[in-house]
Amino acid sequence: MAGKTLYDKIWESHQVRRNDDGTALLYIDRHLVHEVTSPQAFEGLEIAQRPLWRKRSILAVPDHNVPTTALEQGITDPVARLQVDTLDQNCDKYGLTEFKRGDKRQGIVHVIGPEQGATLPGMTVVCGDSHTSTHGAFAALAFGIGTSEVEHVMATQCLIQKKSKNMRVTVDGAVGEGITAKDIVLHIIGVIGTAGGTGCTIEFAGEAITNLSMEGRMTVCNMTIEAGARAGLIACDQTTLDYVKGRPFAPAGETWDQAVACWNELHSDADAVFDKEVSIDAGEIRPQVTWGTSPEMVCSVTDTIPDPANEPDSIKAGGMQTALDYMGLRANTPFNQVLLDKIFIGSCTNSRIEDLRAAAEVIKGRKVATSVKQALVVPGSGLIKQQAEDEGLDRIFVEAGFEWREPGCSMCLAMNADRLEPGERCASTSNRNFEGRQGQGGRTHLVSPAMAAAAAIKGHFVDVREL
Amino acid sequence: MEKFEKFTGIVAAIDRPNIDTDAIIPKQYLKSIKRSGFGVNLFDDWRYLDPGEPGQSNTERRLNPEFVLNKEPYKHAQILLARENFACGSSREHAVWALMDFGIKVVIAPSFADIFYNNSFKNGLLPIALGDDLVDQLFAEMESAQDYLLSIDLEQQVVTTAEGVEMTFEVDDFRRSCLLQGLDDIGLTMQYAAEIKAFEQRYYEAMPWLK
Repeated sequence: MAGKTLYDKIWESHQVRRNDDGTALLYIDRHLVHEVTSPQAFEGLEIAQRPLWRKRSILAVPDHNVPTTALEQGITDPVARLQVDTLDQNCDKYGLTEFKRGDKRQGIVHVIGPEQGATLPGMTVVCGDSHTSTHGAFAALAFGIGTSEVEHVMATQCLIQKKSKNMRVTVDGAVGEGITAKDIVLHIIGVIGTAGGTGCTIEFAGEAITNLSMEGRMTVCNMTIEAGARAGLIACDQTTLDYVKGRPFAPAGETWDQAVACWNELHSDADAVFDKEVSIDAGEIRPQVTWGTSPEMVCSVTDTIPDPANEPDSIKAGGMQTALDYMGLRANTPFNQVLLDKIFIGSCTNSRIEDLRAAAEVIKGRKVATSVKQALVVPGSGLIKQQAEDEGLDRIFVEAGFEWREPGCSMCLAMNADRLEPGERCASTSNRNFEGRQGQGGRTHLVSPAMAAAAAIKGHFVDVREL
Repeated sequence: MEKFEKFTGIVAAIDRPNIDTDAIIPKQYLKSIKRSGFGVNLFDDWRYLDPGEPGQSNTERRLNPEFVLNKEPYKHAQILLARENFACGSSREHAVWALMDFGIKVVIAPSFADIFYNNSFKNGLLPIALGDDLVDQLFAEMESAQDYLLSIDLEQQVVTTAEGVEMTFEVDDFRRSCLLQGLDDIGLTMQYAAEIKAFEQRYYEAMPWLK
């Protein structure tokens, strides 16, 4: 019999029961909760008079709606305030752990889970947010769920699930100088497409992946959903253990050793068989920039904007032209002629300390181009903000002309006041370049933090390796 | 949840792949703490010519006359036809709520994003995945028809065109029976409460650091 994949192992250890119809009841260890997808779930519980099954599995934080301006200004948007207040009230009422606004530990839900050690190897982690795939970096089976399932987990600690297929993406060899986790994952999405992982759990493997820090691995797993897969996974190794050790929610002492013995098994067996395998040569990856309105519309900064005339599939060519029209771009334009209005460094993809360091290193001693209307840095959590300030990164950003903000999801999805105006073009370290994602009529180009920083200085895209 | 009954409905088509959940229901409407009222903002950026904010009266906004759901008879569509990877992007169940609130009961596409697909069944919306060639055929037939109707029979797993052409589709037995009977998932799972408790006991004994 073939060995097991990492996904098989975590799935089996959480299976409460198997139903005759091929579904299973899967036990959930960690439930992360935020203000946008939870109010209707809490209301549902209340109407049905159902108690919460396991309160301590929940960690809640407001992030999507919170302003990133000074705390003392409060939330001026009454609709957003009601939603954040509702989360506070629900958490207080049920006695749940919540990092409220103003708490140093508050931040983007997918940043604070790992930061607190609330995400541990081998866990099942869910959240009413598609970027829950981020936590797969810890060899945890983590996926986004809708509000009905949020309610289901609150009431039963379980989900009715059908097992996905096993897919492995191996990035062989080491990446070149100046190539980051963001470039790796954007390149992968470019190769397999936004539906390339649909119905699968993707395990990322290979030298280029294992060489990544936990921050880099989180960036890769974060964007698994952009490749169509609900969950991404990376095997547990020493890098994982070093990151987790000593965090507030992580085990300590004797139970740490016991946990590590168990976590050391969290990898696919050598003879495990995957339903789908993709191999990518790390040496081919260059700094990536998206040019369209889907993350698969991506190319190297060294390329020119693609030409729909070269696409043989007429439906695809039509889609490319629609995207170029929305983006206000002409085919065959070099990227250094694409001028930018705004720069956004932040989001659950790229707002961790390593991301801020990478951007600051490019920016140090330079100025944001005068043609750029606004350049924002939004740290992923209050603790990251503090750490960055201790390292003097905030001064580098501010002296260059960046705004240094409070933590939150911010311009990644523009639910708060941070957004693009119609027609504005942004170099963004976030995860989605959909039409209107960063503001109605806004034009998003996804890049790494270093590429966003370089673009801020030049006012247009540039290969960060040549800056 | 209401039982899913056999019906014949008007089809509206949006000929685009990768229609994302931000397009289906833009983020500003996710600030609501309710499950209802999202229908007027379904495909908001495409449906209206001026930008919208929550709480605003939509009757005063300028409709985009070119957008399919603003036209007769598609204003009354119950079936939506689209291309592959429908509803990719965020987990927002609001996308399903908005479609249903508008009156859509079925979406037909070659493929769906996983989270949306899952969310649909929790609310009584039926996503039907048909092969590329069948979807092509439906798009082609729609172009030449005025009021294009399809009949949907979940029990038999068949889509029937006005000419009587039958197209069968696949759906999990579990999801199918939940939809047909209008069953509440949580209630079903609660039947296994004792099994969940027994699992927990074994589980936390083996992995005490998670307790």
